[in-house]
Amino acid sequence: MTRLQSAAELEDYRAKLLSVRDPAKPCIAVCAGAACDGLDSAAVASAFAAEIKKQAVEAKLDFRVTGCHGYCNKGPNVIAGPGDICYFEVKPEDVPDVIACTLKGEVLDRLVYRDPVSGEKAVHMNDVPFYKHQMRILIGDIPRIDPKRIDDYLAVGGYASLTKALLKMSPEQVLAEVKKANLRGRGGGGFPAGLKWETTRNAPEKTKYVIVNGHEGESAAFMDRAMLTGNPHKVLEGLIIGGYAIGAQQGYIYTRHDSPQMAEHIQAALVQAKDLGLLGKNILGSGFDFEVELHFDVGIFVSGESSALMRSIEGHTPEPRPKYIRTSVSGIWDKPSNLNNVETWANVPEIIGRGADWFTSIGSEKSKGTKLVSLSGNVVNSGVVEVPMGTPLRTIVFDIGGGVPDGKAPKAVHLGGAMGGSLPISMIDAPLDFDEMSKLGAPIGAGGLLVMDEDTDMVEIARYLLDFLVEESCGKCVPCREGMWQMLKILTNITQGKGRKFDLDRLADLAEVTSLGSLCALGKTSSDPLKSMLRYFKDEYEARITAGSQAQ
Amino acid sequence: MTDMVLQIDGKDVTASTGMTVLQAAQQAGINIPTLCHHAQLEDYGGCRLCMVEVETRGRTNYVVSCLYPAEKGLVVRTRSEKVDKIRRVIIEELMAHAPDAPELVKLAQEYGADRNRFEKEASFCVLCGLCVRYCAEVKQKHAVGFIENGPMREISFIPELAAKECWNCQECFAICPTSYAQAAYLLTEALAFPGQRKKQAPAVKPQPHTTFGGIPVIVA
Amino acid sequence: MSENKIDSIIEKYRGKPGALIHALTEIQHANHWLPREVLHKVADALEVPFSQAMQIASFYKTFSLTPKGRHEVHVCTGMTCHLRGAAKLMEKVQELTGLQPGETDAAAKFTLEAGSCLGSCSIGPELIVDGKHYGRMSPEKAEDVLNRYE
Repeated sequence: MTRLQSAAELEDYRAKLLSVRDPAKPCIAVCAGAACDGLDSAAVASAFAAEIKKQAVEAKLDFRVTGCHGYCNKGPNVIAGPGDICYFEVKPEDVPDVIACTLKGEVLDRLVYRDPVSGEKAVHMNDVPFYKHQMRILIGDIPRIDPKRIDDYLAVGGYASLTKALLKMSPEQVLAEVKKANLRGRGGGGFPAGLKWETTRNAPEKTKYVIVNGHEGESAAFMDRAMLTGNPHKVLEGLIIGGYAIGAQQGYIYTRHDSPQMAEHIQAALVQAKDLGLLGKNILGSGFDFEVELHFDVGIFVSGESSALMRSIEGHTPEPRPKYIRTSVSGIWDKPSNLNNVETWANVPEIIGRGADWFTSIGSEKSKGTKLVSLSGNVVNSGVVEVPMGTPLRTIVFDIGGGVPDGKAPKAVHLGGAMGGSLPISMIDAPLDFDEMSKLGAPIGAGGLLVMDEDTDMVEIARYLLDFLVEESCGKCVPCREGMWQMLKILTNITQGKGRKFDLDRLADLAEVTSLGSLCALGKTSSDPLKSMLRYFKDEYEARITAGSQAQ
Repeated sequence: MTDMVLQIDGKDVTASTGMTVLQAAQQAGINIPTLCHHAQLEDYGGCRLCMVEVETRGRTNYVVSCLYPAEKGLVVRTRSEKVDKIRRVIIEELMAHAPDAPELVKLAQEYGADRNRFEKEASFCVLCGLCVRYCAEVKQKHAVGFIENGPMREISFIPELAAKECWNCQECFAICPTSYAQAAYLLTEALAFPGQRKKQAPAVKPQPHTTFGGIPVIVA
Repeated sequence: MSENKIDSIIEKYRGKPGALIHALTEIQHANHWLPREVLHKVADALEVPFSQAMQIASFYKTFSLTPKGRHEVHVCTGMTCHLRGAAKLMEKVQELTGLQPGETDAAAKFTLEAGSCLGSCSIGPELIVDGKHYGRMSPEKAEDVLNRYE
């Protein structure tokens, strides 16, 4: 591959690609996302490859293995085109029929969606209830892309925003556009990304870094993984644009060591982008140089905390540093370092490509754009969901999620994983909005949304979450290490019927001091689930303690 | 170095650039309790006892004074209901491990901490890290380090190094707030290299510590 | 695992203290555990204190300071799996293997781990053996899965 030297060369290259791609040509996309993979979508994919070869229909049928389509519990997922016909729970023995129907332009009836109650069919993606209430701006392209082929990303318009930023805009203009879009960090805090970029840009040190936090340690959060594995170039494009705006020539992608497929796709994306001249020296003749290195965590949640993550990139134990000097001013090797999560970076090409005005037309008053949500727990439909910010939780849980299975009543929704909060089902009309959810004590966090049914024991859930976090704490500061440990012991006693009447007092004190006194975000937010439960489910805690002391 | 004026507990205090709030307070004779702070070591921010209330841009924040830089016009309160509560709970948490450590006993009195409030787990170490950091930063020997994470975290002497270095130094024993460093060393020696310590006259005369979890301990 | 392989990994990073985690990760992947003498070699070559190598090796769950079994069995203990009965699955796997999380059996067949969430929540509870996911796992099916491994 020769390096592309200018925007014109990139557009030529894209035009050539598109000239040989016929949108009306039959195609089949097999999902290889985390859940489908666990349901052996690999066997389905190899059955397709073998059957296509056997029938010698390679020329008539495009076939690709892609990242996560979204509707995870219905896997293995297959989407046939044209027309985005969704097939669910596909088995290797279904493959010849799927191929036959797709070639004839017909629908294979037995594999399409049927409403569990009415039995009504839904054939096309836009008709399937799980998909039709979504707005899939960030993840919509995933079924059209083989993540290991940069050409697939270019064919859906990829890297056009990079060209626009590098060749038609100054770094200041790019920054201004992101600020105007009011893009808020999707990693949990909801801090305005533009302001953070500006801080790093204005920091006096010349060497600066930009980082993708793809660690996603939040339990039951799997949307960043889906994004980064399914469309790594979109995140990379955002990162390069960010590097240009901020004045960084080095980027890092920090991610998990235990997802080999994700690592493979990112590595392939970096190599191919470099080969084409979208990374490296003088990108597209703009004079801008940018390199990216891939780093892995080694299996502890605290390494997703920004200062700890940077310690880890330096090769040190990921103990967090106190943030009185922000990492955006003094981060990796004390250089200004701007860190955003996967989803935040993925929004950047959209904002630059379509403009801040378009972006701010989506979402709620103070939370703009869409939000990726991992929907799981006691819910009929689970998977990766993308909805406009401000969407009521009810839409996500009932319209998209289909409610609670097995005829049970919903009890609570939990947001934000182990450091999030639980809301009673009576608050289901609350909007998915950074500020609104924070006020209610269940901040969005990274975007894990768990539905809990009537059988859920809220004391046990708080105990379980602390049990998880205790192991993830680095142990450096007292309130986090000791506070969580003591809260865990008290909660364990309550679940075992050994609760005592002053326990709620002790829990309240520990929760307060842990959040006020801890060094990093892990400790500061570790007691949030407990606090939300003491706010909304205190009766349940009191009843357990009373029952326990009567039994003793 | 330029001087600046900040307010600590209603008193105007002068500090120079680069100073922490703790240093500024100490210089003005205002006492803030600390456990993991040591003048010879890089500040660590682990024990969180030195937390204070600061007011910046109309917002009240809780910060550790050993790391928070002194700023012009900063308003600091070293005692308040919240600050006292944070310290009290931290002392109670640490007393679950080292109920009789003299420094903790003294602090418990001052802050009304109940040594029996939380379930005991007498490990005697409060993980202030003074021994680990002193050995690394001052002595540059790295003979004692941290292992594990979370509540499993502990200090651990590296036998290969401890056999050569420790007996002649012992300086960390004296700065340990609970005497655990000394006990941990002796245990390592007994298990890993009994009778093999390199005997020389110690560079610094060892400071015999009086208690180890309430038990008198004297180094031979 | 030949000593040469470990040595060549160490040589790659000689004199680079910042690469400590990289070096240890590569050795862990290749050798499945980190013997103490290897940690000494790494510390010497990368010019970091042994105590730092030890701290990192004991800090992260990925690193093992004892040999692992031929097959690594993870029971996902993430939130969704937990809501859907991961605790019962874990109990059954413990009974079948006779192991607690973190342990390896005497014949070095299995190492059991309580795995963190790997994002296949929609098909939990999950049993993962040597990286292969077995979704919608029940205690009954677990026996069947484990029997497939020698």
